[in-house]
Amino acid sequence: MTTPVQATHHADRFERTWVLREQRESIERLQHEMGALLEHGGFGEAAAFAIRLALEEALVNGFRHGNKGNPDKSVTVWCAIDPTGIELEVTDEGEGFDPGSVPDPTAEENIEIPSGRGIMLMRAYMTSVEYVAPGNRLRIVYRKPESQQ
Amino acid sequence: MAQPQQSYLRVHNDPECTRIEFTEKHVIDEVVIRMIGNELTKLVDDSPRPRLIVSFKGVEHLSSAALGTMLTVMNRVKAKDGQLRLCDIAPQILQIFEITKLNRVLRLEKDMAAAKASLAKG
Repeated sequence: MTTPVQATHHADRFERTWVLREQRESIERLQHEMGALLEHGGFGEAAAFAIRLALEEALVNGFRHGNKGNPDKSVTVWCAIDPTGIELEVTDEGEGFDPGSVPDPTAEENIEIPSGRGIMLMRAYMTSVEYVAPGNRLRIVYRKPESQQ
Repeated sequence: MAQPQQSYLRVHNDPECTRIEFTEKHVIDEVVIRMIGNELTKLVDDSPRPRLIVSFKGVEHLSSAALGTMLTVMNRVKAKDGQLRLCDIAPQILQIFEITKLNRVLRLEKDMAAAKASLAKG
């Protein structure tokens, strides 16, 4: 279930927090809501695709690697949208990890290994991607091009 | 009586190859991706020398888990000295393959005709 626990709305800034408990159903519902928010926020099709992709990867990592599939643990998503773009924070209840320990999936020796590309995709599409110590909180920022702000 | 398991692939067995299409436009759900992986694995396992073409026609979203599944399938196909081609990939999906540099290890073709021609060349 997706629980929106807080929403604030100022003239040009919208903030909202969700607590997600069941992985697939809650991700789908959140992504549906996010699609509407991005459309309302004037994000183009390519930006919306990129943001939803990054959010998907962050959520799956939070449920799978952070919470290790424990159904009693939740993933919290906070987002703030303003005319310049969107900030997202995805926090799981895990112990965190060192993102530097994830091997480069494009290295010759890793290229055929099936896992480890989620963080890379987020970094490729977003303006900034930062894990906050101890590594169970992911901060993602997407800034619109100046011409679209 | 047990219900037949839902399939997320459309499979066409031609004399020269097996053509595969996705029934979902969002290939992001881990459970769905696992089932797709199982279906593809069975197709590989059931053939002495698999020749597969996977069409991404209509696929709008793809996650890193789906990329992983395609790599796993590729490795199984290679282990049986078979061939795998991916085709009909939308620009935004193609970009995902390019960012992850998987376009260097997976054989991506423009469309089904190009994929068939590529298979014929070996």
